[in-house]
Order: sequence, then C-alpha cells, then structure tokens
Amino acid sequence: MQNDVVLTMRGIVKTFPGTRALDGVDFTLRKGEVHALMGENGAGKSTLIKVLTGVYEKDAGSIWVEGSEGEAPIHSPQDAQNIGISTVYQEITLCPNLTVAENMFIGRTKGSRVNWREYEKRADELLSNLGIPARARQELSHCSLAVQQMVAIARAVDMNCKVLILDEPTSSLDEKEVEMLFKLMRDLKSRGVGIVFVTHFLEQVYEISDRITVLRNGQLVGEYPVSELPQVELVARMMGKDLGDLADLEAVGEKSAGSQEIVYEAQDLSSVDCRPYDFSIRRGEVNGFTGLLGSGRSESVRAIFGADRVTGGKVKVKGKYVKITNPHDAMKNGIGYLPEDRKRDGIIADLSVRENIILALQVMKGFFHPMSKAQMKEFADEYIKALQIKTASQDTPIKSLSGGNQQKVILARWLLTHPDYLILDEPTRGIDVGTKLEIQKLVLKLAEENMSVTFISSEIEEMLRTCSRLIVMRDRKIVGELTGDQLTQGYVMKTIAGGEQ
Amino acid sequence: MVGKNNRRREPLTDAQLLMTISIGIFAAMYVAAMIFMGGGFLKAQQIFDLLNDNSYLIIIACALTIVMIGGGINISVGGVISFTCMACAIFLNGTGIAAGPLGIVLALLLALGIGLGFGLLMGFLVSYLEIQPFIVSLAGMFLARGLTTILSVNPVKVAHEGFLELVKSKIKISWLGYVAQNGNLIPAKIEIGTVVAICVVIMMYVLLRHLRLGRNIYALGGNRQSALMLGINVKRTCFYSYVISGLLSGLAGFVFLMHKPAGNASVAMRSEMDAIAASIIGGTLLTGGVGNVIGTFFGVMILATIQKIIALSPLNASWWQEMASGAMLGVFIILQSVVLSHRGKKAKE
Ligand SMILES: Nc1ncnc2c1ncn2[C@@H]1O[C@H](COP(=O)(O)OP(=O)(O)OP(=O)(O)O)[C@@H](O)[C@H]1O
Ligand SMILES: [Mg+2]
Repeated sequence: MQNDVVLTMRGIVKTFPGTRALDGVDFTLRKGEVHALMGENGAGKSTLIKVLTGVYEKDAGSIWVEGSEGEAPIHSPQDAQNIGISTVYQEITLCPNLTVAENMFIGRTKGSRVNWREYEKRADELLSNLGIPARARQELSHCSLAVQQMVAIARAVDMNCKVLILDEPTSSLDEKEVEMLFKLMRDLKSRGVGIVFVTHFLEQVYEISDRITVLRNGQLVGEYPVSELPQVELVARMMGKDLGDLADLEAVGEKSAGSQEIVYEAQDLSSVDCRPYDFSIRRGEVNGFTGLLGSGRSESVRAIFGADRVTGGKVKVKGKYVKITNPHDAMKNGIGYLPEDRKRDGIIADLSVRENIILALQVMKGFFHPMSKAQMKEFADEYIKALQIKTASQDTPIKSLSGGNQQKVILARWLLTHPDYLILDEPTRGIDVGTKLEIQKLVLKLAEENMSVTFISSEIEEMLRTCSRLIVMRDRKIVGELTGDQLTQGYVMKTIAGGEQ
Repeated sequence: MVGKNNRRREPLTDAQLLMTISIGIFAAMYVAAMIFMGGGFLKAQQIFDLLNDNSYLIIIACALTIVMIGGGINISVGGVISFTCMACAIFLNGTGIAAGPLGIVLALLLALGIGLGFGLLMGFLVSYLEIQPFIVSLAGMFLARGLTTILSVNPVKVAHEGFLELVKSKIKISWLGYVAQNGNLIPAKIEIGTVVAICVVIMMYVLLRHLRLGRNIYALGGNRQSALMLGINVKRTCFYSYVISGLLSGLAGFVFLMHKPAGNASVAMRSEMDAIAASIIGGTLLTGGVGNVIGTFFGVMILATIQKIIALSPLNASWWQEMASGAMLGVFIILQSVVLSHRGKKAKE
C-alpha cells in the first residue's frame, strides 16, 4: 500500500499576518487516484496547494514526493514542475500578452533557442485533440475566460507529470467542457497520475473522486474514501456542524413573483454583443436568464447595465423613458450589476476589504458626499457577517483573501447599494455550499423588501430555488420563458437543448 | 480541424498594430517633408544623416524597450553614455598600449565593461533586492554623471590617431549618392555607428522574438505573478534584461564617441527621455509586456525627422523641437489608448 503513494505532506503549517492558514495539515496522494480536497471558502485549500508547488514557503512540516530522495526540494513553481507536479491554479495564471502556444509551453522548454513553429504545431494538435476552440498563434487576451481556463488545463495535462493539481478548474466551464475534463482526468488516472481536485460542486466530487480530504479553518478534519462519506455528511464535516443543523439550512424560503409595478422595461434592446430583445421585470420579482455558456445570457444582462456598447432599443425605468448607455447611467437609475468575470471587472487588489465593499455605494452617492468612517465600518461589518466573509479584519487588502471570499466581497458591494434592480451574474461561482444557500436566502429576502433581481447561474437547481420566471436562451436568442409548473429541472433542460431533436 | 489552417494569418497583436501605426506615420511624415520641404529630404543621404546622428539613440532605445517590455525602466542610459565616452576618451589619450591600434579594441572593451558593470549592479538591486527600478536607475544615472565629472570637469578631445581615422571612415555607396552643383558625384555616406546600431536592432529583434530569454521577458511584463507560476525564473529573467540594457548603453557610449570624439560631462543629456519616448512611439507600453524593437527603431526615426524638419524650417529653435516631440508623444499615447481600448471591447470572441 505504501508503495502506491506519490505525495506525502505532514504537519504543514503556514501563517500569514493575522491568519493561520494551515495548521499542521497532513495530506497523502496515491498513484492513479482522484483526490478531492474539500473545505469552505478560506479553509486553506489553495494555500496547501501553493505550499506544495513552492509559491509559498512553508513555516513547518515536510513534503515527500515519490522519486526524490528525502524531502522534496521545492522552492519555486519551477522546481515543482521539474519534479513532476503540474498545476492549474484557482486564479488563471497565464500571460495575456503571449500567444496560446506560448502560454502552453513557456517555462518548460529546454535550451536557449525555442523553435516556436514546432511548439505551435504541437499546441494546435493538443488544442484540437481536446476540442478547445482556440488557435495556437492567437493572443491569449483574445480568448474567452472559459477558453483560457481550458488552455491552462491543456498546459498542465501535457506535462509528463506524476501529480496533477486542479484548483477549481471547472468554475468557468460549461457542462460539455467539464465532461471533457473528466474524460481527460480518467485517462491520466489510468496512467497512474495522482490528481488533486478542488471544487465547490459536490456532484462533481462524487462523479470523479476516489477519496476526499476535508479541511476546516486550516486544520485537517479527515481523509475518507468517497463511498464512506455521503454528501450530507461531507457538508457537515466541511461546515463543522451536526447533521441535524443542516436540515433547516435547506429551507430557502418562498419564491417571489413580485407586485404589479414594472420597474424596468426594455424594447428591442441590443448591444454590440447581443441581438435585440424585449424584457421587463416587476418590483420584487426574481427572474433568471438561463442557457449554456455562450448562449448570450451574460451579454443580454450586460446590455441592460450598459456594460457593452448599447446599439439600440427603448428603455423605461419605473415608467419613464431613460437613456442607459454606460454603467454610470445604469447606476444612477438604480440598477446594480455583479459581473461574471470578477477578475477583470471586479476587485481592486490593493484596496482593503472595507473599501472594496463601499466602492459602488460611494460612486452612487457621488464623491462629494463622503460617508463617515463609522458608517462605512458599520456597513462593512454587516455584510462581512451576512456573507460569512473570512478576513483577518476590514483593513486587510482584498488580494490576501481566498478566492471565494473575494467573490463574496464583490457581492456585498452590490447588495450594499440596495438598488431597485440588481443583476447577479453567477454570484455563487466558487462559493462554498453553505454560503450558497445563504446567498439564495438573502436574494429572496431582498425581493421581499421590494428589490427586483435578475439571477444567472450555471446551476439550474439554484435558479429553480430562487426564480419565479426563467428566460431561456440558445444561440443568442430567447427561446422560451418558463413560469409556474414549467419550472422543473427536466423541463428547463429540455427547453435549453430545445429545437434540434 | 483547427490544425489544418495552422499558418493562417492571425489578427495583428497589439504590439504589431502599434508598430504598424508608427511605421505608417514615419512614412507619411517623411513623404510630406519631401513634398513640402524638398531639398535635403529628396536625397538618400538625408536618411543616412538621421541614422548617423542618432545611432547611439537607436541603441539605447532598444535597451529601454527591453526593460520596458519586462515591466521595468532604466533611466541611467544617458549617464552611462557620458561616463563611457569620458572614460574611453581619457584612456585613448593615454600612453603605451592605449596609444597603439590595440587601444581601440581595449577602449571598446572598456565601454562594454562599464555598461556591463552598471547593468549587473542595477539588475541585482532591481531583481534580487526588489528595489523600484525607477529609483535604482535614477541613482545609476546620478552615479554615472558624477563619475564622469570626477574623471574630468572639462571636455576631453580624443587625440588617438587610429581612433580619429575610425571616426572619419565611412561606408560609401555611390549609386545612392547625388550630383553636387559643381558636377561631382557625392556618394552616400554611412558611419560605422549606424551599422552597429542596425546590427543591434536585428540582434535584439531575434533575441526578443526567438530566444527563450526574450519570450520570458514578455511573460514577465505581461503578468509577473503568472510568469512565476508558469515556471519561469522571474528574478533571473529580470536581471538579464537589465544586464542587456547596461551592456547596450556601454556600446552606445562607444558609438557616440565614434560620432563625436570627445568626452564631456553634458554628453547625451536627456537622451534617456528621448529613448523612452521613442520606445513608446514605437508601440512599447510603459505597463510592460507589449513592444518590439523594430517599432522602437521607427520611433527614433520619427523623433529625428521631426527635429530635422524643425531645424530646416523658420521655426528653428530648441523649444519648438521639444514641443513638437512632446506633442508627438502625447498624440501617440492617446492613439495607443484609443486603439487598445477599442480592441479590448471587441476582443472577446
Ligand atoms: N497571500 C495571503 N496573505 C494573507 N492571507 C492569505 C493569503 N493567501 C491566503 N490567505 C488566507 O489564508 C486563508 C486560506 O486561504 P485559501 O486561499 O487557502 O482558501 P481556500 O480554501 O482556497 O478558499 P476558496 O474556496 O475560497 O478558494 C484565508 O483566510 C486567507 O485569507
Ligand atoms: Mg482557493
């Protein structure tokens, strides 16, 4: 049994100023297994991975990797690569100014000259084998987020590695892409590669993993074979709650169809990225856009907010015609928008958690009406609690929060502005199960308080729990509008797939 | 399916687009000068004069392009030029082996050695001790200028005969020449420095485009954290970019001396600013990750042409030249941000 082990980590400790991110964590990875690393946002999963790959120096503990004598000499990502560990990090770590092929091979070519033609050929082969819609000589910045994620995965799997680490690789992928990734993982697994897999999608864990290690607050909770840890129990372990407490978590609340008053109405609204469509939402209503990734659901809501260049259409807010051509107009008319690509449109890395939360409200109020410090503190505190944001303090720069907690901060930013109409594009992506439910509850509570909300999520279940009306999109067109009895998983899926039977 | 049309043309990258713009503007400006100013601009020699007078600037502009692509900056290049000029001039005026023909080779080595020394020192401070490159190279600039005046407060003319021979020697191309008023054919003359500068441009182009180090420098400037995670030794890459820029500024000092054979404390004053401007005009972004030396070459030519046009016009005064260069830079920066933001919007496929 011991011979099967490719990677052993013992007693790993890592402290950041104000936080003990890892506190004596053990982790064992065997050959040819998919090992899910689970835990709430801020539990220490990414930190464990970064310690392993030499991004951070550990404070204590030891790491052994099969094939090297004694403790593994890993002090930089380069060392980790050389020793046979390849990694897809949570945040996409590619260079936008290089081509796709360069991103796949840079840092692992030998010799001082690089025959890029050769590598471009290899890259094109790899891309078409994996069905990634990108070209080798394309600049990476011209690729969508999902494609960038796939390129990062392609790079990692192409390396001849013993250990493959995937930190939330599926958060921006659609179902088909996830399926493909899983096929790839099974393939590598059969070749004896040990795979570490981090995700907040529980179904994915049960679909692919052999074993689960659970972390909580930087401490090891335990290691379990998948068959011995049913889903509810996994959630309980992650959250540190008894099974009994979980039951009342599930009850999210009543869905709301809103009052009669129409808050926002658009006729033939179109932007550079979306075709003309009609749309309206009532006060206190929660509705959603659904469809596959790339079906145009994000582009549609971006047009509402003026995030892309609006090319036409009439817009009425609370019964009055208004012009919304940029985000500022939209905000002045009481519309808020949480973008899908938070890396690009979202966080301001060096500002503190508090400043990041206050930002949008400050913009809405105008910079000539400053808020008092005490008030800011109060607001920040309220949402840090409501969304269970794990941070050392309000003054911590947001960049030192875990990925999921950064997302929560941005969500808090928009919730705080209390707009009449709030658009949330994938608000729960990368957020742990417990908080996901909290967010759903919060959305319904806001609707009760007369806020209108448009909700977009890749998880249909989540939409069904919150939305009273679903707008289904396919190929950049609205193909259906579902309400009432039609709101079942099966029916929604059928409408999304639609037409082509 | 994707693999088949492997070599199909990709849309221009940001850097290529910006470079194309600057080549276009150079061409337009030059043609305008030929039409409206005629005279010298109609002769091929005019281009060679621009090159001869600015060969040192081409070299340090390349040096700056490289560090700027890596996300850094090096404003010591002008200072290093003045220091090398002075040191080499004093060395060449010495006795013994320095006075012989071998002295020229030794002077070249001295120039390169000084440049290398500055490059190593600044590279170490920036890369390994992680001090701000602006501050490090500002200190480097003061150090170099200071050392120059320590060597000599007064200008030092080179008296070395072999070297002066070198200064006068020019490559003559008769078919590019013109017929003077007295009927003599005057061939086009190219200085050695120009040849050196062109070689530097080609070498740096190859380095940035085809060598591993070059691509690593782009990665570093594109996103330092990502470059680290991709397994690039970012510190060493950054270090090398400063070493190369130091070496090039030493070489530029020697080329400068071949153009004007005298050491002088005020030599190449402000040239680092011209070099930065030329890089930017050529499409290098101050934020790093984007740029190339061909563009930079045309950036230098654009600045040189503006100055020539003003020198030949009734406006001939240094403040007009500076204002025109400044205006040009402003136009380019605005153009760059307009072009890039416009592309950014439609970039996603
Ligand atoms: N660079 C850093 N500086 C300071 N604190 C940090 C840093 N990186 C992580 N932390 C802290 O360490 C803890 C663990 O973070 P980590 O990123 O490992 O969480 P995670 O389990 O990956 O969560 P998520 O699911 O949100 O990605 C968090 O409390 C975070 O605030
Ligand atoms: Mg993480």
